[in-house]
Amino acid sequence: MLESSPPVQLADLAPGASATIASLSADPGLRQRLEALGFRPGQRVQLLRRAWWAGPLHVRVGMTELMLRRRDAALVALAA
Amino acid sequence: MSTIAVVGMPNTGKSTLFNQLTGSHAHIGNWPGLTVELMQAELVLEGQPVQLVDLPGIYDLRGHSEDEAVVRRFLESTPVELVVVVANASQIDRQLRLALQVRQLGLPALLLLNMADEARRFGVAINTERLAADLGLPVILLSAKYRRGLAEARQAMAEALTGEPHQQAPVRALDSRLAQGDAALDGAMAQLVQAAVSLPPQWRDRLTRRLDAWLLHPLLGLPLFFLAMALMFQAIYAIGVPVQEGLATLLDQFGQGVIKPLLLPLPPFLQGFLLEGLYQGIGTVTAFLPVIFLFFLAMGVVEDSGYLSRAAYLMDAFMERLGLDGRSFVLSLMGFGCNVPAILGTRVMRDPGLRLLSMLVIPFSLCSARLNVFLFMAAAFFTPRQGGLVIFGLYVMSFVAALITALLFKGRFGSNEPLLLELPPYRFPTLPQMLSRAWAEVRHFWFWARRFIIIGVVAVWLLNNLPLGVVPASAESLSGRLGTLMEPLLAPIGINPKLTVALVFGFIAKEIVLGGLAVIYGQADPAALSRAIALDVSWPQAVSFMLFTLLYTPCLSTVAVIRSESKRLGFTVFSVLWSLLLAWLVSFVFFQGVSLLQRLGALG
Repeated sequence: MLESSPPVQLADLAPGASATIASLSADPGLRQRLEALGFRPGQRVQLLRRAWWAGPLHVRVGMTELMLRRRDAALVALAA
Repeated sequence: MSTIAVVGMPNTGKSTLFNQLTGSHAHIGNWPGLTVELMQAELVLEGQPVQLVDLPGIYDLRGHSEDEAVVRRFLESTPVELVVVVANASQIDRQLRLALQVRQLGLPALLLLNMADEARRFGVAINTERLAADLGLPVILLSAKYRRGLAEARQAMAEALTGEPHQQAPVRALDSRLAQGDAALDGAMAQLVQAAVSLPPQWRDRLTRRLDAWLLHPLLGLPLFFLAMALMFQAIYAIGVPVQEGLATLLDQFGQGVIKPLLLPLPPFLQGFLLEGLYQGIGTVTAFLPVIFLFFLAMGVVEDSGYLSRAAYLMDAFMERLGLDGRSFVLSLMGFGCNVPAILGTRVMRDPGLRLLSMLVIPFSLCSARLNVFLFMAAAFFTPRQGGLVIFGLYVMSFVAALITALLFKGRFGSNEPLLLELPPYRFPTLPQMLSRAWAEVRHFWFWARRFIIIGVVAVWLLNNLPLGVVPASAESLSGRLGTLMEPLLAPIGINPKLTVALVFGFIAKEIVLGGLAVIYGQADPAALSRAIALDVSWPQAVSFMLFTLLYTPCLSTVAVIRSESKRLGFTVFSVLWSLLLAWLVSFVFFQGVSLLQRLGALG
């Protein structure tokens, strides 16, 4: 088994690709909001598209689709 | 009387459900002890009168937003007999959180799973009996939009009220009670979903997939959005303006043919006051209600179809560079209807800097009240083709003013609030729902504006006709003196004393401007009024007047709501002064620029 593969960023997924959430490293306020929208460890998340000019990401988690900014998405660690 | 609180996450159709349950009896009222306005309605459930209160949409009872604090304060200060939790059935995988939190508080509750039609379409199957048993709460599946399951919901509410002894005291130690259950929340939710819900292996909404491929396209998305907006405004004017003109003529004929003869026995001063003051002023404004109705109808369709939240996605990259975010853009768009609800909408923002900057920018949105003035002035001074361009130019100016303001002040109100926004599936709004919503908006606008219009129009008329015996609106009248007083300040931007009076009253509400002009020029028929104004002022003066009207303080209500939402007097004063300064500067540059070009012979 590999020692550790480089962490995958949500923003770096190919549009249409999915990954599993490993953990959330956001502050309590943002964490609460992420959890309320369905982000939790073990949950699958799919990147649908990225907006122009380094804009937000369009993702799907569970039965919910939402947009979030790339720097906030960086706080969602994905399982390699 | 029993109080029933309605809570739910955003995008669950909670307001639709509230309206369907209460009919047209709902009213907005100040809740005692809270400084916010909540929708309330009285309802009779199996012969028992109850009060239903619609609380703001929230994600988490422990959340940090203003709305979440409002809900907490409400539950801590009000004895509630029943909490109705509204959830989106197709998103039950995450929305049970709120129901669990309410249960944690020990409040009697029931769960309404709304949008059952969508859940079925997306392949989400819910075993409500199992869920109710596991959750220990009654669970009803319904579709408020299509009026299905409302009777069952009503009955469940009545049963919940007659059952166990009711909690009469407000919730104590709310936060610590919630904190106790927090750790187990995710596990409990997963367990409930596992037992009672079957989720589809794959996303099934092909319509949304296909539409998003175009409408959220990295390159085509924005042009398509602006094209859609342009078409929408075009349609509103194409239909609304002829209706407005017809209605205005009709009202004038009624005044001249019916009301005037009726008033004949009265003394001339009173006659003038009632006909030229009150009737003409109100009539001029009434004529614009169809345009406003169409505007709210179109905005309602854009919002309920799900396209408005896409606008936030499309514009966020740009707005981020202005120190704002996609939500500010959406709120500014809503501000094109009315600034007041748009400013109230900033409550979804947690960061005070972002909120204040949004509040500073929203008042530059060209609201429907200002549109009345512009449609009228454009028709008076320009051909229809030119007039269209002038209106379009004013919309552009509205954006530019917001942009300049954001760029200038983003350093002062910096923020790095994270942005997470739901993008709901595309939905077809139903016609009755859209009509009743637009109708409610117009009614609200009218009831609210009427007060200001009547007071304003009466005040304008009195200023013009006092002291007694003076030639109306002459230099000797009160309004003439006021105009002369302001002349040193307003003459450089081409605003004459008559227009000055209209602007002074426009500070109260833009709805008064037209009524005021009708009174000042003593003409009610729009065609006659246009001719009178066109004789009195030149087109550069008229455009300067429009620019000033666009940019300075929208109305007293906006100022009041900025004050109450920002809770800062200094910021409120700053917002008013900045808009006045910007209005003056823009009008000055325009008017002096055009005058210079005219002197050089470059412009007619």
